[in-house]
Amino acid sequence: MSAAISLRDLTLGYDRHPAVHHLDAEIESGTLVAICGPNGAGKSTLLKAIAGAIVPLSGSIVLPRAKPREIAYLPQSAEIDRTFPIDVFDVVAMGLFHTCGLFGGVSRSDRARVAAAIHAVGLDGFERRPISTLSGGQLQRMLFSRLLVQDASILLLDEPFTAIDSKTTADLLDLVARWHAEHRTVLVVSHDLDLVRAHFPQTILLAREPIARGKTEAVLTAENLAAARKMIEAFDRHAHACARPA
Amino acid sequence: MLYDLFVAPFVEFEFMRRALVGSCALALSGPPLGLFLVLRRMSLTGDAVAHAILPGAAIGYLLSGLSLWAMTIGGLVAGLLVAIGSGVAARATILREDATLAAFYLVSLALGVTLVSSRGSNIDLLHVLFGSVLALDDATLVFLVGVASVTLAAFALLYRALVIETVDPSFLASVSRAGGLTQSLFLALVVLHLVAGFHALGTLLAVGMMMLPAASARLVSTNMTAMIGIAAALGLLASYAGLVLSFQSALPSGPLIILVAGLLYLLALVFGPAGGLVRLLKPRHHLEA
Repeated sequence: MSAAISLRDLTLGYDRHPAVHHLDAEIESGTLVAICGPNGAGKSTLLKAIAGAIVPLSGSIVLPRAKPREIAYLPQSAEIDRTFPIDVFDVVAMGLFHTCGLFGGVSRSDRARVAAAIHAVGLDGFERRPISTLSGGQLQRMLFSRLLVQDASILLLDEPFTAIDSKTTADLLDLVARWHAEHRTVLVVSHDLDLVRAHFPQTILLAREPIARGKTEAVLTAENLAAARKMIEAFDRHAHACARPA
Repeated sequence: MLYDLFVAPFVEFEFMRRALVGSCALALSGPPLGLFLVLRRMSLTGDAVAHAILPGAAIGYLLSGLSLWAMTIGGLVAGLLVAIGSGVAARATILREDATLAAFYLVSLALGVTLVSSRGSNIDLLHVLFGSVLALDDATLVFLVGVASVTLAAFALLYRALVIETVDPSFLASVSRAGGLTQSLFLALVVLHLVAGFHALGTLLAVGMMMLPAASARLVSTNMTAMIGIAAALGLLASYAGLVLSFQSALPSGPLIILVAGLLYLLALVFGPAGGLVRLLKPRHHLEA
């Protein structure tokens, strides 16, 4: 097994305060990994950095086998402007970005791929609905269908099951399982520990500092979770510059 | 009779034909930009940038009188400085974009008014503020139409990036580095368009031509393509009707064009099927599913 993503002494943050501090991790190709931790643990920040949307404060992210285009990123749905007058088909078609770019045309086969992806998440008949009319679950189905169109080897999902009903969660988990079976590398941020225990073989527990990583049952122990909670309370407004060598 | 009212002014007077061409050019290219300002919750940005243009145009005027190019270049430089400066300040400091933009444009406006009144007469100030659509010379007209064409072409190229950047900026950042550039180019187009607009309508009213048809179109349709078409159509209608009204009443044409656009906006506000007051006043029975 080779590493799909190597994180080397990675520090990420805002305004010099670290949100992820000195993280070393190898994420092997084809694994299904949950990223857990309390609020403010740096989970979303880590995903954004791997997606290339923010630049590390220090350390590096190495994607040996993936070009940037082979990464598909699902932001938290709160970051989407749902008042914008755009319909479901057009949002899912954004997943064609790597084939069409900013200026290219959308071919008949591209349209067929978009339609198939919309069908696969059970949103038939919603193609021309404005996104402002979708429920939370339908919105998330739409975003998963955009991921299907992107057809990437690495998938990064930020809180995909938050505020989603159980039927939708089950359907979307089926898609995650399918990607795993297709040997794609899938990273999912979640704070639903029961769901993680049930569906994710591997876990990284993060609380700004890395707490533990490996097999899920070995990581999500009462001891580790208590350590994570303690760590997150240690924010210091007047923190000194970190002395650990970069 | 109808001919005398609606057609004759444009057949008989060249200045009316020039005014029509100039304001129609602005009506075609301004509203699409305005629509994105509305959708990105930046409706007041156009206003701020328009104020910011004033000192640049004033410096151009002080250096070489009522020269098209001097005032244009001055306006462009001032507008871009404020747009870029406030953007940089917003990213580098704790203040948000709206606060930095307000601060920058207020300073710019104060500077502009001071400069104009230190040398010029009030009539000159009126020219810069309210334009002179009835006195467009060849060079100005060509410039207006040129800017409108460039704006529309650039807008078409930017369109996809702009839509994605507005709907889902994190997604765009994950697939492309075009996000920051898209925002900057969009703002640059707004500045360019407003600088062109102030020759015809003045800095204040150029914004009206951009925003009023756009806000109206948002109330009329839920479809982006339709909205762009409707916005441009409303702009054209306002230009034509405003000029006719101005000709028949001998009132200034720039403000009348904007007043007509404002009237159309009020109509959309009340009767707009995609979010106007009519939904509240006359609710229709709900559907079965």
